[in-house]
Amino acid sequence: MIEELLQSSPGWTNFGIFFLLGVVLLLVVLGFVTYGILAERKVMGFMQLRHGPNQLGGRWGLLQTVADVLKLLLKEDIIPKAVDRPLFILAPVIAFAPSFMVLATLPFTDKFQFADIGVGLLYYIAVSGLTVFGMVLGGWASNNKYALLGGMRAAAQMISYEIPLVMSVLGVILLSGSLNLNDIVAAQEHGWFILLQPIGFIVFFIASIAELNRTPFDLPESENELVAGYHVEYSGFRWAFFMLSEYVYLFGMSALITVVFLGGWLPPLEILGFIPGAVWFALKFSAVVFVYIWLRSTLPRFRADSLMEFGWKILLPIALANIFLTAILKSILGA
Amino acid sequence: MIRTEEMLLNVGPQHPSTHGVFRLVIKIDGEIITEATPVIGYLHRGTEKLAENLQYTQIIPYTDRMDYLSAMTNNYVICHAVETMMGIQVPERADFLRVIAMELGRVASHLVAWGTYILDLGATSPFIYAFRDREMIINMLNELSGARLTFNYMRVGGVKWDAPEGWIEKVRDFIPYMREQLAGYHQLVSGNEIFLDRVKGIGRYTKEEAIHYSLSGPNLRCTGVKWDLRKDEPYSIYNRFDFDVPTSENGDCLARYNLRLAEIEESLKILEQAVSQFPAEGDILAKVPKIIKAPKGEAYVRIESPRGEIGCFIASDGKKEPYRLKFRRPSFYNLQILPKLLVGENIANLIAILGAIDIVLGEVDG
Repeated sequence: MIEELLQSSPGWTNFGIFFLLGVVLLLVVLGFVTYGILAERKVMGFMQLRHGPNQLGGRWGLLQTVADVLKLLLKEDIIPKAVDRPLFILAPVIAFAPSFMVLATLPFTDKFQFADIGVGLLYYIAVSGLTVFGMVLGGWASNNKYALLGGMRAAAQMISYEIPLVMSVLGVILLSGSLNLNDIVAAQEHGWFILLQPIGFIVFFIASIAELNRTPFDLPESENELVAGYHVEYSGFRWAFFMLSEYVYLFGMSALITVVFLGGWLPPLEILGFIPGAVWFALKFSAVVFVYIWLRSTLPRFRADSLMEFGWKILLPIALANIFLTAILKSILGA
Repeated sequence: MIRTEEMLLNVGPQHPSTHGVFRLVIKIDGEIITEATPVIGYLHRGTEKLAENLQYTQIIPYTDRMDYLSAMTNNYVICHAVETMMGIQVPERADFLRVIAMELGRVASHLVAWGTYILDLGATSPFIYAFRDREMIINMLNELSGARLTFNYMRVGGVKWDAPEGWIEKVRDFIPYMREQLAGYHQLVSGNEIFLDRVKGIGRYTKEEAIHYSLSGPNLRCTGVKWDLRKDEPYSIYNRFDFDVPTSENGDCLARYNLRLAEIEESLKILEQAVSQFPAEGDILAKVPKIIKAPKGEAYVRIESPRGEIGCFIASDGKKEPYRLKFRRPSFYNLQILPKLLVGENIANLIAILGAIDIVLGEVDG
């Protein structure tokens, strides 16, 4: 359907439909963020012998995040005097906008995708790299020493982890022969890339945690060292935007891993094909999100220098070796 | 033109990882610390001065508030000092209750040290596991003394309350449970590569430095000095129990971490023996005069608290209040080596080093 719309001549109806679809996606994403945060708090609660939110919205705390967001909206908008005002206001927007932009290329099912562009994977990684500007700007504009340190860490970390991230998916690209996410899913019909590219998957997964700034790579925020890192001066809705972009990235990255390594909407066995693809996607996606939450409640944080060493001296060579290995195997075994 | 400059950073007194109201002014070049100046005194309450106007029994609740994570040892040191001056023989049952209470306190204190240390390093869950187990100890001590943290349990000549019915059995049941949990702790954290990377070889000092800085407790034993007052100058009834003094040669944060967990194990050994030898009946308070007056003179006693040597000096002119009271507070002494350790380290290591010293600000500030 989207394909036809893209081909047809532009007009107000088309625009209206696309706008509506965008709103739908935004609602889906916000719905995910709302319940993703709740899920994170609940799962961490269970792992830590607590209940998690259980007051608002029944015993599962279903309205807790809604209330939290409302509270953030109603908070006074504080802009400290000494900040660089334009940059301070701009930073959360810069951090958030790319996180939503990347969702356009993700194929959630074989039909539900907004932009089926030829280099979808490259687009995702390139656009998601923009968010670091928001963090660095936020850290710099805050005129706060902790925020500056956090921003510096964010820049160093995200740049060095972007490289292994890209390198690790090259193996997948070699095997599928395409940067298009639909083609990558189609290439997994007879075996997911997590099985064909185990090394690539591990490197990608580790680098993705660093990209998401989650434990054990949450150095830019590291509340025990830098108090809150780059967003220490932010409050109210500006702060919420940083948090929102973080969780939208969690959504995006989990969806990307599902698409690239876990076969997207494809069922694990062909006999199970009668179950709709959306269900399979949701299941795999939830599993990935769960692993992220699980890691967060288990592991301690890396130190900044060993984080760099790990990225450049371990992950990158492994990713390169993986490309080499994949290329050799591919030329020996044939296409 | 690129210009670099050193930055003055205030860590604390409201920083989340300073374990209280400790402030550290650091000069940093990038993330590397070039100079560190600790600022203390935010929690100073003048315990020692206040004590000069208080009767000996009235001082005991003030000691609860010094090292609030192991108030039992503080209770003991002041009572022990007065008993030494007056030559009071403490009844056996009271001694057993004291040792059980102190060792439970030691386990609880080390659990907090362990949990908060891992929390400082960024992992959230172990902290909650540690506090769950500590909660069981606190509940037991609550049943014994009527308070969860500020026990005010010991008296000159004995203890205030006898063990309630079934309490000793509870302690007995707790020991195997805690051993099991301890194995779980090791499994969860001790072998974690990220954790080891954060603490191995960090904050290292030698035996000589430790002695020159007058460190004590795990901070001293991590350099290989086998010095534990429970063994070397046995007080109370510690000479009746069979336990080891764990030491390590490395002198780094990992050694201190491991020693604390090993000490929990040793404390459990002591508890096991104390519970099995616990006298069925007897007095819990020696015959002491209604108003306690230490004889004219001076006395200094020292015991092993979870943080190191806690000492109490009393100068008395024979009145019911001390003429001068002085506590040797181990956290205060252990903290002195911090500025030296921090130079050349980065901010992440600052947290790791400070956490491994395991200070309690109530005790640092006195």
